[in-house]
Amino acid sequence: MNNKLKPRRPLKEKHYWEEWTGRIYTSICVVFLIVVMFSIVYFVASKGLSTFFQNGISISEFLGGKTWNPTGEPAFYGALPFITGSFITTLLAALIASPLGLCAALFMTEIVPGKGKKILQPAIELLSGIPSVVYGFIGLSVIVPLLRSIFGGTGVGIAAGCLVLAVMILPTVTSIMADALSALPKGLRESSYALGATRWQTIYRVIIPTTLPALLTGVVLGMARAFGEALAVQMVIGNAPHVPTSLLESASTLTSVITLSMGNTTMGSVHNNALWSMALVLLVMTFVFVILVRLLERRNRV
Amino acid sequence: MFKKLPFILMTLTFVLVLAACGSKNDAGTEGAASNGSGEAATELSGNILAVGSTALLPLVEQAGQKFMAVDEYKNVTVQVQGGGSGTGLTQVSDGQATIGNSDVFAEEKLEDEAKVKELVDHQVAVVAMAPVSNKDTGVEDLTKQQLIDIFSGKVTNWKDVGGADQAIVIVNRPSSSGTRATFEKYALGEKMGDIQGSIQEDSSGNVRKLVAETPGAIGYLALSYLDDSLTVLKYEGVEATVENVEAGTYPVWAYEHMYTKGTPDAATQAFLDYILSDEIQQNDVTELGYIPMSGMKVKRDVAGNVVQ
Repeated sequence: MNNKLKPRRPLKEKHYWEEWTGRIYTSICVVFLIVVMFSIVYFVASKGLSTFFQNGISISEFLGGKTWNPTGEPAFYGALPFITGSFITTLLAALIASPLGLCAALFMTEIVPGKGKKILQPAIELLSGIPSVVYGFIGLSVIVPLLRSIFGGTGVGIAAGCLVLAVMILPTVTSIMADALSALPKGLRESSYALGATRWQTIYRVIIPTTLPALLTGVVLGMARAFGEALAVQMVIGNAPHVPTSLLESASTLTSVITLSMGNTTMGSVHNNALWSMALVLLVMTFVFVILVRLLERRNRV
Repeated sequence: MFKKLPFILMTLTFVLVLAACGSKNDAGTEGAASNGSGEAATELSGNILAVGSTALLPLVEQAGQKFMAVDEYKNVTVQVQGGGSGTGLTQVSDGQATIGNSDVFAEEKLEDEAKVKELVDHQVAVVAMAPVSNKDTGVEDLTKQQLIDIFSGKVTNWKDVGGADQAIVIVNRPSSSGTRATFEKYALGEKMGDIQGSIQEDSSGNVRKLVAETPGAIGYLALSYLDDSLTVLKYEGVEATVENVEAGTYPVWAYEHMYTKGTPDAATQAFLDYILSDEIQQNDVTELGYIPMSGMKVKRDVAGNVVQ
């Protein structure tokens, strides 16, 4: 008896300490993470709100003003052109990428699972590894001249921007959709086949309706990525601070204006603060996207 | 033992991250300390952090490498970062950087006059800009008034300034850019708004690419970016050449500034002197497409007044 008990004791003690070091370590990390997140939100919010509270620019002028001319006399700080630019490019990019992503995901999970997973998935994931400068440069060297030769004009503009974005968000959309599709219980599929449904009928009558909320999550996350993308879009969209009247006209997004001007303005100036306000708008939009995803997940569970 | 390995690794990373934060702060205070004291001339040491203008970045970087290779200055570390003129001026006046690189006078960027007064201007080179256009526009010479008409949107077709019947596409810099400020101040004489449909790019490489490829495009570039893919336009009949800038006949140029807060310490002063030395001015400055300070026969102040 005694012999059996002896080796156990130190082991128990060891587990005890392991348990505690683990707990302490994770708690420190969590506290650190929370501090970082809250300080980022606080920093962006305090900088962004000082435009309204210190510099006396009204929120309605900022969100609804069509004129952006921070260096002019008098200066105008209307961010509406950038907000509309961001929304149009993001929505169009999602419109282009979602059907492509859905088809790729269906191909990988339903149609040719073996080859699809082996060839198509790595190929699509590869897309997410390419730096955005490269996308921007490809856009500038291939898409812009192409649009110019087809439609005339300059070629830069929202059309070029959303085409580049659509390719960039494709991996996000596809991989989330593929995950959602492969998480579907096998029984559903099999019972559909058992009832005599063809594969196509199974896909559009059973699989897509049941996984729809999860599929939409993919679209929303893709849109969140598109909304925050800066560099690639900045290179092809043209960046004129006006509400565009056509898809081929130069326009700006919130991110492109921030990256273009942030370094050239001095901290604390009204121009700089206005840029931080745009960053705040981006942050708020990210919150909205996250909330959307949460809501979709909740619907998914029921 | 092996089960614990990832855990140990994670802890190590965490500790290293914290340590890295700590050491960065240390370096900062050290730099600030050496800023104030100014050490003996025999053995210079210290950290120089130059932040700001991307237009000046290649020169400062190259000069910094050469400077550190000189035996006398082997204990001085020069770090160079981009970030834009505004960032450079902000960081130098807040004491985060030793040197703030800028394309424009601090007076034109900083709103707080007290902060401007603390800064000492070191002009290290001159950069000139030329209006450029797409090859097929049929125009080679533009007057100041024609440029104003084009950039203000009054003239929208090249045929109105003596060229082909082609719509004008403006390739501009963002309104906060130092290059644009220089071009507007010395070529146009006034600030311009942004025309609907105009293009804005921040990188000179992209501006060159777009002007060269887009039919009817007009833009402006620093002399170092000019090549055969575009037409370099004469300004009021004067060609944009180094000689014309030095003689004062071509007006579209600006100083490249390296600002320090107060009088620089010995190491920083040595670095600034080194950039202004013949070795850098005659070789690196011209190589990289800037114009050396020594060649300039005219001087200019903040208000734009030119003195012979």
